[in-house]
Amino acid sequence: MSHLELDMSILEPGLLAELDAYIESLPDPQGSIIAVLHKAQELNGYLPRELQLYVARRTGLPTAKINGIVTFYSFFSEVPSGVYTISVCTGTACFVKGAQEVLDRFREELKLEEDEPMTEDGLFSINDVRCIGACGLAPVVRVNERIFGHVKPDQVSEIIAQHRKEAADAS
Amino acid sequence: MPAKASEHSMMDICRIADAAALAERREAIRSLIALRHDEEVGIAKVEEPAAAAEEVSIRLDGRRVVRELLVCGGTGCRSSESAQLIEQLRKELAANDITDVEVIQVGCFGFCAQGPIVKVMPEDIFYVHVQLSDAARIVQQHVIKGEQVADLLFVEPSTGEAVVHQDDMAFYGKQMRVVLRNCGLIDPESIDEYIAAEGYEALAKCLTEMTPAEVTSVVQESGLRGRGGGGFPTGLKWSLAAREVSDKKYVLCNADEGDPGAFMDRSILEGDPHCIVEAMTICGYAIGSDEGIVYIRAEYPLAVSRLELAINEARAAGLLGKNILGTDFSFDIHVSLGAGAFVCGEETALIHSVEGQRGEPTRKPPFPAVSGYLKKPTNVNNVETYANIPPIIRNGSDWFRSFGTEKSKGTKVFALAGKINNIGLVEVPMGTTLREIVDEIGGGIPDGKKFKAVQTGGPSGGVITEKDLDTPIDYESLTAIGSMMGSGGMIVMDEDNDMVEIARFYLDFTTDESCGKCTPCRIGSRRILEMLDTLLAQEGDEEMLEKLESLCLAIKDTALCGLGQTAPNPVLSTMKYFPEEYLRYARREVQKAYSIDPDKCIGCTRCARACPVNCISGKVRQPHVIDPAACIACGACQQACPVGAVNKPR
Amino acid sequence: MSQENKSAGIPLPNIFDRPANTVTLTINDIPVTVNRNSTILEAATKAGVHIPTLCHLALDGFDIHSETSSCRVCVVEVEGRPRLVTSCSEKVVEGMVVRTDSPRAIRGRRTNLELLLSNHPRACLTCAKNLDCELQKLARDMSIREITYKGERKRFDIEYSSRAIIKDPDKCIMCRRCETMCNDVQTVHVLSALGRGFDSVVGPAFHADLGETTCTFCGQCVAVCPTAALTEVNETSRVWRALHDEKKHVVVQVAPAVRVAIGEMFGMAPGSISTGKIATALRRLGFDAVFDTNWGADLTVVEEASELVSRIQNGGPMPILTSCCPAWVNFIESQFPDMLHIPSTSKSPMIMLGAMAKSYYAQERGIDPDSIVVVSIMPCLAKKAEAARPELSKDENQNVDIVISTREFGHMLQEIGIDFPNLVESDFDSLMGESTGASIIFGTTGGVIEAACRTAYEILMEQPLERVELTQLRGLEGIRSGTVMFGDTPIRIGIAHGLGNARRLLEGLRSGEYEFEAIEIMACPGGCIGGGGQPYHHGDMEVLQDRQRALYREDRNTPLRKSHENPMIRRIYDEFLGTPYGEKAHELLHTHYTAREKI
Repeated sequence: MSHLELDMSILEPGLLAELDAYIESLPDPQGSIIAVLHKAQELNGYLPRELQLYVARRTGLPTAKINGIVTFYSFFSEVPSGVYTISVCTGTACFVKGAQEVLDRFREELKLEEDEPMTEDGLFSINDVRCIGACGLAPVVRVNERIFGHVKPDQVSEIIAQHRKEAADAS
Repeated sequence: MPAKASEHSMMDICRIADAAALAERREAIRSLIALRHDEEVGIAKVEEPAAAAEEVSIRLDGRRVVRELLVCGGTGCRSSESAQLIEQLRKELAANDITDVEVIQVGCFGFCAQGPIVKVMPEDIFYVHVQLSDAARIVQQHVIKGEQVADLLFVEPSTGEAVVHQDDMAFYGKQMRVVLRNCGLIDPESIDEYIAAEGYEALAKCLTEMTPAEVTSVVQESGLRGRGGGGFPTGLKWSLAAREVSDKKYVLCNADEGDPGAFMDRSILEGDPHCIVEAMTICGYAIGSDEGIVYIRAEYPLAVSRLELAINEARAAGLLGKNILGTDFSFDIHVSLGAGAFVCGEETALIHSVEGQRGEPTRKPPFPAVSGYLKKPTNVNNVETYANIPPIIRNGSDWFRSFGTEKSKGTKVFALAGKINNIGLVEVPMGTTLREIVDEIGGGIPDGKKFKAVQTGGPSGGVITEKDLDTPIDYESLTAIGSMMGSGGMIVMDEDNDMVEIARFYLDFTTDESCGKCTPCRIGSRRILEMLDTLLAQEGDEEMLEKLESLCLAIKDTALCGLGQTAPNPVLSTMKYFPEEYLRYARREVQKAYSIDPDKCIGCTRCARACPVNCISGKVRQPHVIDPAACIACGACQQACPVGAVNKPR
Repeated sequence: MSQENKSAGIPLPNIFDRPANTVTLTINDIPVTVNRNSTILEAATKAGVHIPTLCHLALDGFDIHSETSSCRVCVVEVEGRPRLVTSCSEKVVEGMVVRTDSPRAIRGRRTNLELLLSNHPRACLTCAKNLDCELQKLARDMSIREITYKGERKRFDIEYSSRAIIKDPDKCIMCRRCETMCNDVQTVHVLSALGRGFDSVVGPAFHADLGETTCTFCGQCVAVCPTAALTEVNETSRVWRALHDEKKHVVVQVAPAVRVAIGEMFGMAPGSISTGKIATALRRLGFDAVFDTNWGADLTVVEEASELVSRIQNGGPMPILTSCCPAWVNFIESQFPDMLHIPSTSKSPMIMLGAMAKSYYAQERGIDPDSIVVVSIMPCLAKKAEAARPELSKDENQNVDIVISTREFGHMLQEIGIDFPNLVESDFDSLMGESTGASIIFGTTGGVIEAACRTAYEILMEQPLERVELTQLRGLEGIRSGTVMFGDTPIRIGIAHGLGNARRLLEGLRSGEYEFEAIEIMACPGGCIGGGGQPYHHGDMEVLQDRQRALYREDRNTPLRKSHENPMIRRIYDEFLGTPYGEKAHELLHTHYTAREKI
């Protein structure tokens, strides 16, 4: 049954040093654990088990508690995400204007099932977010920090292609 | 964060020693917003109209500014490149050696569907949908030649005519801006502009002229009630925290706006962050606290950065920190980021989240006023509630009570969205009817469709139909018609919206956001969702409708917190007002077929060839038609269509 | 307040009133007067109205309270309240009108129970908790005949790799009692709610196997779990196999706390002493030798007392900590790795008896030690993990082979239809069956150290101890201290039961707040009487107190009350071990501790 193999060496020393410095700057790291996890995710992109365990050891909090927090809040992710995170807003304003179809189309085009974290090439992840507050532009799609408003399902392939090209150009 | 603006204002901040110094400073800088004096829209009156009449604004460095271009810097407009637009306008001005015209980033105008918005002052010309490429024209034509750019003006959908001034638009006509008084008026990244607009005057009044008990009484007498949804009297809440004896108390601001489709709090924090800083400080004085915490969604980066800037500015100016305005009152504020959990809008869950726990609610009592953050007496209000405090203190409780209904005083901000022409943020006096909001402010339903329902209260609320549209908005009346005030989401639905699907949408949300602590919400809401899915798949029956209703009532009756207790509301209210839609699903009478938009179809025949049951007919280069009776809704036609002419069943 | 009320425009809740000391209310029209701090549930009990509960747990004597108000099964209707209220948490108010039998209250209660059942496996027939399950009992009490709401059920893996505790999260109803025990009471912090909403469940970080965590296997989570989400690993089939294997010589031993609890499984009153019936029952089951862990306890006392005396004479290290509780040993190894030099190195009574069975007894009877199977019946689940420790073996032969709990023992008797309450009494087998009163009280908090003092006093002072009952060490407070005068020398004793109390005691020791010569720690509240393998107490504090009283009664009724007076103990030293705490004793009866870093 045993399935837990933690390899702490996957954690980058430079990243840990920065995280340590942040934790040390806090007057009450235990009470600010959510901020610490925000920082850890900002540095590492996601929160693998090893990093959660590291945070637990550094803050003196039980690992179960850390894991309980990480799995409670939707902002925290235990799996890595692609270079581009496509966030389709599924707030009510976007929903009534067809966001679900846009989301479906993205999944279809990228061949991503709901529980798959990212495309095989590591380029794209999809998540549905609750209202990013740009209801005037509904339905709204955010790719990393870039916002696309009034998105129609037919524009989906174009948006994907645009980012594929951008990634290709960058490399 | 635009470094330029913040450096600019940080440089100018000097410590304000006491209330007299604050008044002096306002006097000295009130010219800053002289061009923006607007009695109709702004609460921020410059006392002597003569000052406005000069129509000149003297900057702190002595520069004369005769015209201002106010550009919306809210999240919605920034998504449409308003930040770049500001840069472009500045470049154009510089290229033409114009130094007495300034481009100013302001908070949300509220008319989000029309963004990006540029308002030219003092002439009060309102340009909409301004693109980067329009910057040159605005400078050349308007600034240099003094002519309006006609094609950038807003066209009233009802009349088809262009409208020049904001106040003349139907969208703004019935609005009354108390909470949003400074949004779209001042630069949210400048404490000076806030002070020029009478900012921190209420705080000065509290600290120098009023006892804490008097502050609480004024809030109590105003009749202000919590704008987060529940409507608990704010002054009473403060008095409960005030009377607790403790070495430490906390003031919390709930900025975890999670209702999907609502963005009131975000706009306030982005457009007028100092008013929250001021209000929380006043609350701290009233209840005897020296520490405030703003719990804010991590999904609101712009609001977070503007709020942090405001806190730093206020601290630098001596309006936060030790011995505020030279009194012995000290208070400071810090920001705590949420991490994505709707339930954290519930105050006990919020407190646990701030403490660094899972955001699970706990039973009340004890109420936060007695035992809240770190088990200390804590006052929790939401952003909009706090935003009402400074004007109440400045203008008195009678002023606030002068608008609204008998039991609901003041105004309420709504985020109007969905199938409505004028999407945006609106603030109306309590007692305004829903019809006024939908038809007049909202400009009706687009594409000639028929109004079906309006949903208020988000996932906790219910739908309101045509017959109740004349209900004046207040806490009690909305509850009486099966919805609730909620935090202010207002989603309009037209005849195309399927109400069972709408109910499912909300239940999907609450199921997803249930914390999992109590049985009725954790399992019950999932069972509701499953029943709705069964009905939608036309695999249910009429008996299921009875079960559904009974389960909804039991959940309402027994769930631990507000989220769970209200989760069934969207189902109960749609069942009440649209029973026939549920019955059609229960009797399995709903047609589920794809359809072809004849205007888009190019007659390529690909769909007909893809259809596995041969139910699509049509001639080459002629619009095709799907036989709804034979369609098995497999979707093959939609995938085959090269022009997106195939619509999903609805 | 009425002024505020008026200005606010809505009725003011009356929660802020300051009532008198007692409150009178009606429940289903029955008037009842209770203390003002009472809950509706307490008032209902007084009024003779039964309200079902599920998540609620209150062990007042230990100050253990799990009050999540999360199951919503105890909801009742209170006049004037817009919604039903949970009777377990809602405090009574003067003039309150409560109905537990209204259609609305019944609908709320039934719906929530049905919802729980809709997300629960319905394999009651083969469930470890069959007829011992609080959820099952509720379904019966409320006449649930069908489950109205059907739908998806959560699916997790069953985990049993620890060989002590089985975790079956599908049966978890999120009452959170286990979290209260693990985190608040024991401060082990292995369990947390994970995930959110429908998918939430209680478990260790990353759903790790318990063996990979700092779990001490104290079993307190198991003791309070209302369903079979947490149960012991059942080893009875291994015992049957050994008993049916003619080549095996199966030796059994029974811990002190078992004899005051096993009767509860057969309808006997809590605190009934069943020592003689147990011996008879074990022979009926077919064990080849029936021994008493009390004998092992006497041996442990002699070793531990000698170690204490040796430490006193040789200047430390002080204090000495008792080490017979295996959950406590697991706890100190992972939580206080810097203090591993303090615990006594003496093996626990169970392990000592096992080690002696496979050496002394084997030699005496001429049996090949490899053919001996040692079975232990324990009130404890950590004993299962202890028996599997590699260091507690000789030549790769574990000192103890199989450990079953009191409950498993009871089930074995039920399986072959033994009429336990009517059994004739018999004695344990000689050689390792004789014991003293000192060993009997091992089963309760304070007992081990009292027993050790009785012996250490006489070794050190070389004179008899007149007053054997060291009542200053008795009680149920979580942390206690008492002084025993060894002549003019005060021996300061610290006692803690419950691992949270143990943590506080050790931290106090580390900081210098506390100074002791000897410390006893028991992981379970109350000591072994409240062990994780005992018949379920279902939150009834009286049961635990009755068990404790029975142990002290049994001590009083035993002729010999000091371990070193046990003639069979004297004999084993004379014939086999040599001197207490000597070379051979070290080889067979002592162990060592290892710091362990876990999740």
